[in-house]
Amino acid sequence: MKKFISITSIVALLCAGGYAAAELADGYTKVDPPNAEHPLDELISGYQFRKEGTQATQDDDFENPGMLLLDQAMDQWSVAEGSEGKACSDCHSDDPLESMQGVGSTYPKFTEEGDHRAFRNIENQINHCRTERMGAKPWKYDKPDMLGMTILVRHADRGEPVNVAIDGDAESYFERGKEMYYTRYGQLDMACSHCHEDNYGNYIRADHLSQGQTNGFPTYRLKWQGVGSVHRRFKGCMKNIRAEPYKVGEEDFLSLELYTSWRGQGLPIETPAVRN
Amino acid sequence: MGVQRIFALVGLCALAGTSLASFASAGEIAPGDVKIVDGALETPLTDKAGDPANGKQAFTDRKAGNCLACHVVTELQDSYLFHGEVGPPLDGVADVYSAAELRARIVNPKTDLPDTIMPAFYRTTGYNRSAGKFDGKTILTAQQVEDVVAYLLTLKE
Ligand code: HEC
Ligand code: HEC
Repeated sequence: MKKFISITSIVALLCAGGYAAAELADGYTKVDPPNAEHPLDELISGYQFRKEGTQATQDDDFENPGMLLLDQAMDQWSVAEGSEGKACSDCHSDDPLESMQGVGSTYPKFTEEGDHRAFRNIENQINHCRTERMGAKPWKYDKPDMLGMTILVRHADRGEPVNVAIDGDAESYFERGKEMYYTRYGQLDMACSHCHEDNYGNYIRADHLSQGQTNGFPTYRLKWQGVGSVHRRFKGCMKNIRAEPYKVGEEDFLSLELYTSWRGQGLPIETPAVRN
Repeated sequence: MGVQRIFALVGLCALAGTSLASFASAGEIAPGDVKIVDGALETPLTDKAGDPANGKQAFTDRKAGNCLACHVVTELQDSYLFHGEVGPPLDGVADVYSAAELRARIVNPKTDLPDTIMPAFYRTTGYNRSAGKFDGKTILTAQQVEDVVAYLLTLKE
């Protein structure tokens, strides 16, 4: 699994090419849980459960299809839009991967934004910047612009540990997400925990069940033939158990996103990961 | 056993002739009338004896029972790829359980195992956010349950 020696050189190459993303540490796919109350003994990235070919596609930035959206977002960063005629680079700095360091690993969370304090994931924060600061139209969930910029924000923290806060105001979101994680849904009447806590490592038909970690999102999925958000994945899992999914970008899935992020607290970010 | 038989819905049966049965046909026990006692369901759900060949079909079909998603059956390994490992292998299951116990397990395993991941295949209530087209429906028809029981009864070692 740990074939990052070869990657190091690629990363070095990319850094020279302007991508100052953090390097992936050796053996990065498994870490200890943050505390003794955590439901899992060890936190394992979904990477570990995928076939070698899929892992190799993720490991090679030139092969990884998610990197194309990153490239587009790198260009978009300095494009002025909206009534204010501003680009991301007007409020942040010219180098997106540098200015976004320490950001992607901490979402979802409360952000201030003047009078508009709210619990947001990266997508919602990006749209908040667009509508409030740029006077631009919000981007649609799971469309290339939004996916690319979300990848960019997360990718700036690639290799950094997931680091979400679950105390203070966030606690009610955490509790709601936790409740959802253990709630049975749909005609198949299963909870997330049935598959991703009780059965990770087991095959369910042809699928090798992982812990359902979110450290690779937005993720390129072979089945999607494209990149998708973590909320899209939640939706897919709910549909598979014949349940009516919650709405992407809204409170229920934001809560689930916080809770699942905490289940992977400390796992290095892999965005854009590749899954099947 | 206090089990009620439904004979009144003959006229509606034609509508229910899909794999998703929302109500019982003539001679069937409706999902709401099933009574599992001590892990067993003695009375068959239908008047027609279960057919093991049809049962094998429902057992393997992803759109029907999809039992292979979670269970290995060695004799099916040549014909069907990808047997899951979430539940125990079902080889020799007929040596261990009676027809009544197998029927109960398929109809609703949660009466005995409240925390199980295994779905209830003949139940219409108690679901949370069931997606529209599945709402109020059972996963298997009454006849499919009988067929699957008949198939399981062939699994002897
Ligand atoms: C019937 C089993 C099942 C249930 C229930 C289920 N999932 Fe999944 N989930 C899967 C499978 C199969 C995959 C793809 C393989 C894998 O990564 O486990 C997956 C993948 C995921 C992934 C992507 C992991 C990665 O590394 O990219 C996340 C996140 C996830 N699930 C979260 C959830 C959440 C949250 C719930 C509850 C709303 C849930 N799942 C319910 C089967 C399930
Ligand atoms: C999502 C997983 C899943 C599916 C689908 C599933 N089962 Fe199960 N089944 C289990 C588990 C898990 C057990 C063991 C009981 C437990 O620990 O919950 C079990 C137990 C059983 C047993 C008892 C076996 C023993 O040795 O005790 C039988 C019989 C059985 N299942 C039949 C079926 C049939 C028939 C189907 C399809 C109509 C089916 N199962 C579908 C998960 C599943």
